[in-house]
Amino acid sequence: MKYKEIYKINQGGIAMGMTMTQKILATHAGVDYVSAGDLIEVNLDLVLGNDITAPVAIKEMDKLDSKQVFDKDKIALVPDHFTPNKDIKSAENCKCMREFAMDNDISNYFEIGEMGIEHALLPEKGLVVAGDVVIGADSHTCTYGALGAFSTGVGSTDMAAGMATGKAWFKVPSAIRFMLTGKPEKWVSGKDIILHIIGMIGVDGARYQSMEFVGDGVMNLTMDDRFTIANMAIEAGAKNGIFPVDEKTIEYINDHSTKAYTVYEADEDAEYEKTYVIDLSKIKPTVAFPHLPENTHTIDQIEDIKIDQVVIGSCTNGRIDDLRAAAKVLEGRRVAKGMRAIIFPATQNIYLQAIEEGLITTFINAGAIVSTPTCGPCLGGHMGVLAAGERAVSTTNRNFVGRMGHVESEIYLASPAVAAASAITGKISGPEELGL
Amino acid sequence: MKAKGIVHRYGDNIDTDVIIPARYLNTSDPKELAEKCMIDIDKDFASRVRTGDIIVAGKNFGCGSSREHAPIAIKASGISCVIADTFARIFYRNSINIGLAIIESHEAAKDIEAGDEVEVDFDRGIIYNLTKNKTYKGQAFPEFMQRIIKAEGLINYINSK
Repeated sequence: MKYKEIYKINQGGIAMGMTMTQKILATHAGVDYVSAGDLIEVNLDLVLGNDITAPVAIKEMDKLDSKQVFDKDKIALVPDHFTPNKDIKSAENCKCMREFAMDNDISNYFEIGEMGIEHALLPEKGLVVAGDVVIGADSHTCTYGALGAFSTGVGSTDMAAGMATGKAWFKVPSAIRFMLTGKPEKWVSGKDIILHIIGMIGVDGARYQSMEFVGDGVMNLTMDDRFTIANMAIEAGAKNGIFPVDEKTIEYINDHSTKAYTVYEADEDAEYEKTYVIDLSKIKPTVAFPHLPENTHTIDQIEDIKIDQVVIGSCTNGRIDDLRAAAKVLEGRRVAKGMRAIIFPATQNIYLQAIEEGLITTFINAGAIVSTPTCGPCLGGHMGVLAAGERAVSTTNRNFVGRMGHVESEIYLASPAVAAASAITGKISGPEELGL
Repeated sequence: MKAKGIVHRYGDNIDTDVIIPARYLNTSDPKELAEKCMIDIDKDFASRVRTGDIIVAGKNFGCGSSREHAPIAIKASGISCVIADTFARIFYRNSINIGLAIIESHEAAKDIEAGDEVEVDFDRGIIYNLTKNKTYKGQAFPEFMQRIIKAEGLINYINSK
């Protein structure tokens, strides 16, 4: 294949230990060994795009001499960002992606009735399993590291090349190891852990690197915690975040997928640029202040900050554990007068489960609104745009200038429990403030 | 390969949400995107920028979303090169893939000011500040990356092989 000639695969070097990420990449490059810095070409198990990025990829693909997709079962197209279509231009983008999916007989195209936010949906549909290599034209594609897969965000052109060839080139990343110990306290979730880590290493603290999460503490994290943590690896600049595969992972995969999976483990002599030891029992509910996810404060340090809107959901925190945590706080309470509390389950299945468990009733009785799954509010698209001077506590992943609306609005990133408590009090609050 | 132009200067952690806010992502037309480029951080950028101009920024330029619309908007606005202390990895990759020239240089990112006239020699990885009469060392591009940029992006490059 023409594409293959571009990049030479390095098969030389003295074999030292490999990280978990490096082992997955080596296997997919068809070599026994890779080391940090090698340029390799790997075979892809899945290529993902959404209604914002796929239309650009489709246009690029149209310029290729060969316009065939490499495998109609290994491409996932999810209209989730500006859906249900927020305006005419968005509708046209969705139409472009839908027509491409139909024309190419793409098996994993999910119309809004069966959809969800892509990074919650793909694991739920069993499309990603341990040992896979996945690229997605969405930066939060790194979420699937929770399953012991290598997954990373790319742009639309890489997505186009991936859809056409089934391959992508990578520079093999070095790694930072996060040794997790202990058990998180009540009301401390995956969100608090990853915000704590980003606060510690900064928004470029793992730039170009893998974040490998290991240690006894991992077993104290639910799969939903792990998805949240891996999801925000990109907010530290990482290429990917990855967890070891344990009983919980295997149980999750068996419950959701019939695909064969492969368990990779880091070598004992794998090289890490740094190792951080993090005692999960010491982490407190954490909030990232505007306008960077690294501006973290623990809940006990925060003075009165009045807020106008609370958003609970997204690819970071729209899973069932997240909704349960929010419901525990909102149960029997009312959101503050004038507060807009917007809750959006990440997939149709999670939405249904929340209905069956009575969580949606709790939310509505508390004065919150519940939305169909969409990325809309997270990126200031629709369903919760902020005006000048307004503040939101949000369980999403970015608090950049203008991310959720006006450039003079502010976003405070937090866990579902903190967001829910803040909706009740009208200011940034932890559940403990409500006596919980 | 060379670029030469007047500098627009920005700080650290310039994210893709300020390069092109999501509210404008309902289109992928380069011209429309260029009209809104940098609007949330520098609202006059689109009217001020001239073809060939250069952006100089601090660390982690292009962090955040993987939207290729960000380098597309910058390129379509006429920018010939982005110089930064460091780039976020997806932005770096996307820039090469769409044929936007970029170069990392700690010294240049520290010293160059808005309005300086700058020339970049990509083969040698050297940046000349013609206003201040200074030279900075940058990271030279591997040859295959230069070929992709010269071909105006990865897709054309694949076709031309």
